[in-house]
Amino acid sequence: MTTVNDSAAVQVIELYKAFGDLEVLRGIDFEVRRGEVVCVIGPSGSGKSTLLRCVNLLEEPTEGNVYVGGVELTDPDVDIDAARRRIGMVFQQFNLFPHLSVLANVTIAQRKVLRRPAVEADRIARENLARVGLADKVDAYPAQLSGGQQQRVAIARALAMGPEVMLFDEPTSALDPELVGDVLGVMRKLALDGMTMLVVTHEMSFAREVADRVVFMDGGVIVEEGPPSKVIGDPAHERTRRFLSRVLDPAAAEIED
Amino acid sequence: MTQHAEAAPRLTRRQRRRLILGGEYGIFIIAVVLAASLADWGALKTNFAEWRVAKTVFPDIITVGLRNTLLFTVTGFGLGLITGLVLALMRLSSVPPYRWFALAYIEVFRGLPALLIFIFMGTGIPLAFPGTNLPGGVYGTAAVALGAVSAAYMAETIRAGIQAVPRGQMEAARTLGMSQGRAMRSIIIPQALRIVIPPLTSELVLLFKDSSLVLFLGITLEQRELAKFAQDAASQQGNTTPIIVAAICYLLITIPLSHLARRLEARQKRGQR
Ligand SMILES: Nc1ncnc2c1ncn2[C@@H]1O[C@H](COP(=O)(O)OP(=O)(O)OP(=O)(O)O)[C@@H](O)[C@H]1O
Ligand SMILES: [Mg+2]
Repeated sequence: MTTVNDSAAVQVIELYKAFGDLEVLRGIDFEVRRGEVVCVIGPSGSGKSTLLRCVNLLEEPTEGNVYVGGVELTDPDVDIDAARRRIGMVFQQFNLFPHLSVLANVTIAQRKVLRRPAVEADRIARENLARVGLADKVDAYPAQLSGGQQQRVAIARALAMGPEVMLFDEPTSALDPELVGDVLGVMRKLALDGMTMLVVTHEMSFAREVADRVVFMDGGVIVEEGPPSKVIGDPAHERTRRFLSRVLDPAAAEIED
Repeated sequence: MTQHAEAAPRLTRRQRRRLILGGEYGIFIIAVVLAASLADWGALKTNFAEWRVAKTVFPDIITVGLRNTLLFTVTGFGLGLITGLVLALMRLSSVPPYRWFALAYIEVFRGLPALLIFIFMGTGIPLAFPGTNLPGGVYGTAAVALGAVSAAYMAETIRAGIQAVPRGQMEAARTLGMSQGRAMRSIIIPQALRIVIPPLTSELVLLFKDSSLVLFLGITLEQRELAKFAQDAASQQGNTTPIIVAAICYLLITIPLSHLARRLEARQKRGQR
């Protein structure tokens, strides 16, 4: 039995999630300490997105507990909107608001949720857009931006709420290869600034360089976790090795039945 | 002679297309000529395009008829849009009684002829609730009747628009700490309304025409809209020309509106903002 750890930024205890008969998460236990960067890797369908979405309760777990900053999100009486303000999330498909300008994308939740005055929201939005290298795009609309720029706006939008934890779900998977670097660069800087980050990614070089810890998931369970040098560099499990060889050298992968 | 008989010279594809096209034009021209020769042009002219009669209906056909038609349409549309939005949200509610009510409303009002609803509103309501008076008198009743009918159609359109907004939009909004209602108001509905502007414009055209039904509410001379105004003028003068004038007034509004709706739709198909 895992105990509640008040100093953890994120703590997941005995988490189960099923969609009907399909058991996607089958008993997940792990935590992210403050300031730590944890990368989650694993084959498609292993439940990585579902795990991330359970952390901010976009999906309701079937069983188990989720704590963020000491507050239990799985408590039925929790103020979920208040709790989510402290958790930023970046999606694979960006999900910018297409009817709003870049600036409005970054200010709207500050204004409507945090009730910040317009001037302050504006200033914080510009600061965060500068942080992701898009200070000159405030007046553009999402459709006028490249995928990489859209994803960086999405990061700025999340950061403007002043989150304690940032969740990333394959933030570079929908990008053209030459745009991946910009987004990873922003994330690396964020990690250096001490942000607590939980990142689902297929970018092994990012995980190796930036992550404090790597979690390998398969079939709804954590198969192994540890420092990247261990999990990526010298995996203990056959399943991890097989996955890594496929990701690192896709052309050489054998076809399974 | 060779084994198989000399085939009739085959037409090329282009020749065949020309032949078909020529035939179609030919039929069209014959039909027009036939209709023109059968019609009594003198009678047509005196009954439908009598300049002297046309002049008598001006300016009242504009200042009374068209003005009232526009007034009924705009108030009815405004009321219908708000009611339709509420019904659409009820249709999507997680509370079953809301869904049932909205669905029942939509089915009833879309399933009945608008005429019946107007007769009901005009005679049934004053009988059932004597002394009830909607603000604006007939104008109020007309707005309610037109709004009630158009709301049923608009509700379904708006619901489809809301469902056409990608799921990720709601998720992104909720992730930023917005409540369900706040996300609806600030993120989902503005996008949904943009999506449904073209079909709502078509709905406006329908409503513009349906506004002629207010005559079943029992209206005074000053409250007559285009169709009724023209009909009265026509019977008064024993000449149908006022009907033609009214028809032109309708078309002057509906054709540009339909054109606008098509252009908005085309623009959206091209995926512009
Ligand atoms: N809302 C849902 N309803 C039903 N099944 C779902 C739902 N969301 C996910 N699943 C299923 O759960 C399983 C795990 O999905 P998940 O998206 O968590 O995997 P993943 O590890 O993120 O995969 P990928 O690398 O492809 O993103 C999949 O089999 C998926 O089909
Ligand atoms: Mg995923």
